[in-house]
Amino acid sequence: MSELPSRLETEPDAAGDLRQETMIVNMGPQHPSTHGVLRLLLELDGESVVSCRPIVGYLHTGIEKNCEYRTWQQGVAYVTRADYLSPFFNELGYCLAAERLLGIEAPPRAQVLRVLFCEMNRIASHLVWLATTGLELGAISMMLYGFREREVILDVFEAATGLRMNHSYFRIGGVIMDLPPDGPARIREFLRTMPGRIGEYERILSENPIWLERNRGIGTLSAEQALAFGVTGPMLRAAGPARDVRKDEPYCGYETYEFEVPTATEGDCYARYLVRIEEMKQSLGIVEQCLDRLAEPGPVMIENPKLRWPAQLEVGPDGIGNSPAYVRHIMEESMEALIHHFKMVTEGISVPAGEVYQPVESPRGELGYYVVSDGGHRPYRVKIRDPSFVNLQAVPSMLEGALVADAIAVIASVDPVMGGVDR
Amino acid sequence: MRPEELAVRLQGRVPDVTVARGETTLVVDRTQLPAVLEELRTDGELAFDFLSSVTATDWPGRVPRYWVSYELGSTRHHHRLRVKVGLAEDDARLPSVTSLFPTADWHERETFDLYGIVFDDHPHLSRILLPDGWEGHPLRKTEELGGVDTRYKGAFVPPVDRRTT
Amino acid sequence: MPVERLPGLHDGRAGADPEQEVKRGVLLTTLDRAVSWARKQSMWPVTFGLACCAIEMMATGAGDYDLSRWGMELFRASPRQADLMIVAGRVSQKMAPVLRTVYDQMPEPKWVISMGVCASAGGMFTNYAIVQGVDTIVPVDVYVPGCPPKPEMLMYGILRLHEKVRTQGRIR
Repeated sequence: MSELPSRLETEPDAAGDLRQETMIVNMGPQHPSTHGVLRLLLELDGESVVSCRPIVGYLHTGIEKNCEYRTWQQGVAYVTRADYLSPFFNELGYCLAAERLLGIEAPPRAQVLRVLFCEMNRIASHLVWLATTGLELGAISMMLYGFREREVILDVFEAATGLRMNHSYFRIGGVIMDLPPDGPARIREFLRTMPGRIGEYERILSENPIWLERNRGIGTLSAEQALAFGVTGPMLRAAGPARDVRKDEPYCGYETYEFEVPTATEGDCYARYLVRIEEMKQSLGIVEQCLDRLAEPGPVMIENPKLRWPAQLEVGPDGIGNSPAYVRHIMEESMEALIHHFKMVTEGISVPAGEVYQPVESPRGELGYYVVSDGGHRPYRVKIRDPSFVNLQAVPSMLEGALVADAIAVIASVDPVMGGVDR
Repeated sequence: MRPEELAVRLQGRVPDVTVARGETTLVVDRTQLPAVLEELRTDGELAFDFLSSVTATDWPGRVPRYWVSYELGSTRHHHRLRVKVGLAEDDARLPSVTSLFPTADWHERETFDLYGIVFDDHPHLSRILLPDGWEGHPLRKTEELGGVDTRYKGAFVPPVDRRTT
Repeated sequence: MPVERLPGLHDGRAGADPEQEVKRGVLLTTLDRAVSWARKQSMWPVTFGLACCAIEMMATGAGDYDLSRWGMELFRASPRQADLMIVAGRVSQKMAPVLRTVYDQMPEPKWVISMGVCASAGGMFTNYAIVQGVDTIVPVDVYVPGCPPKPEMLMYGILRLHEKVRTQGRIR
């Protein structure tokens, strides 16, 4: 039996040294911890990562090409599914870019509603991040807590927009419907309970020795490295620079709201966790300010009949649809209204030629929309500059020299959403 | 700096500067591109040290056909600038800027993948979003949208770009 | 398609004693029902969440719409330990071979739920990048439409699959 190789022995090679090989291991694209269909090609020496290569593209959907074949208003439904955890931000960037090309501005109430829903979406997105990160690092109860809070937010979204995710709520010229009558009350109830819940998460995680061990000092990215890689969002702010599009290049009236941009200095996974928790608290403050501004009624869509979406929606017995008064108007009362409605829905608006780059601050960083128009009824080019796409470039430099288990913590702290990465 | 001031500042260096919709756009030749980006970065008043995105647009009837645009921003002064390079149809190559801006790595790979524009001196220019063996560059206007002809209860519905209704 | 029956292999049809056949039929039917019931009671899904539907699938497994009422909260990472694949999300051309590989790695009996319109028929993305319906790659048992389907819709699809397994399950 001495001929059988023993697994514990290593054979010396010709020079007499112990033979050492690195192993190439594939992590993903089907993996419970890679936040979607991310594939990491890891070269391992035992447990430590020698090199890492992220391979993306497993969710490439051709959204940008599809937008070129649809009208301007239909584009909202396409881009909202790019970064599916923050759909309102996708819609906001696209609508703001189209509105800049048109030279119009949404009415003030619509802007307040946009800020309100975006900040609630930020909280929801950070909750999913907290839930999945907790699940992957072993704090399995965080998964249930995060999704419990998120359900409250999604109930508000469903009452206002009709959908829990991928709402086509923001439209070019404003938003499509006002809040339901019980909307402000539900949001106030949410504002009342949420700070206590965030305190609960901090009590579970912030001083937890396992959480600290798994996150402190892991995946450090310095500010210079981050800026060189084009990283934005909580990943950058955890390394120092207080760079936030809402403060640097405000849109939708963000300059009139009072909020702070949390930063940290270490640039490791724990710092990113602290930054995101603090961002959730700041977002709660912004939501409260929005609710106060919604006290006076007003229009939520521009008045210009050549540009506004022609329908009036309201909640009926089978969900949200055209209001019966509007249907009666176009079917029985006015032929011109019917023709106008038909043309707006099938042909859409025409946007003057030009190009525009509109950045917004999504929960993951700077989400930019580069929209080119040739003067027609369809967008000529819609390019989505997704923050996760750029943030993932920094992963190899964070992982080299780390352990395999740290790969999970690092990917989780980057918070990539593969829908945005691959579009 | 406001876009008009930026335009005045840059007029001397680069002749083609336009301001539209609150944004400044420079058009440069591809041979000048690395030098211009370097200058924009090192100049103290401009300080364009952040590259947000690199992308391309395809104008099939026009000359030049491809327009590659670089969105630059400044971490210090919070102003933005767009730099555009025009490329002819049969000569769609230009120098890579990854040595100046490491973030351009994946952006340039994506532009190559979807448009077929080759970036010289890129560390590893390969497809990023589409499978490696894919033929063609789908975001070109001359390529079809693709998809499948949907057959439903005897009806024949072509994909979106071939529908007439 | 005609099936070749190997000689000497007992296929329960011809050449056996009728009373023996009846007893065997009753035994197998009862065993069928027992095994089908057991299979549907704790069907373990494999994690195959791709896009937006994956988030709704996770919400279905979380506290509010609890999947562990049916013993399914345990999403197995390894396909070799799972019996159900819920294809949640749009399947791109690059992901299609991976999908088929994971499906092949699952042991029999296995079922597939196609969750959402993107998995069922390509959804709104009729273009070069998305597989127009995952049933071109794997056999699908239940299609759940929606973009994304609400957790209640997914639960209804899962329960229909349970019914299908319970009534049509056969031991082979």
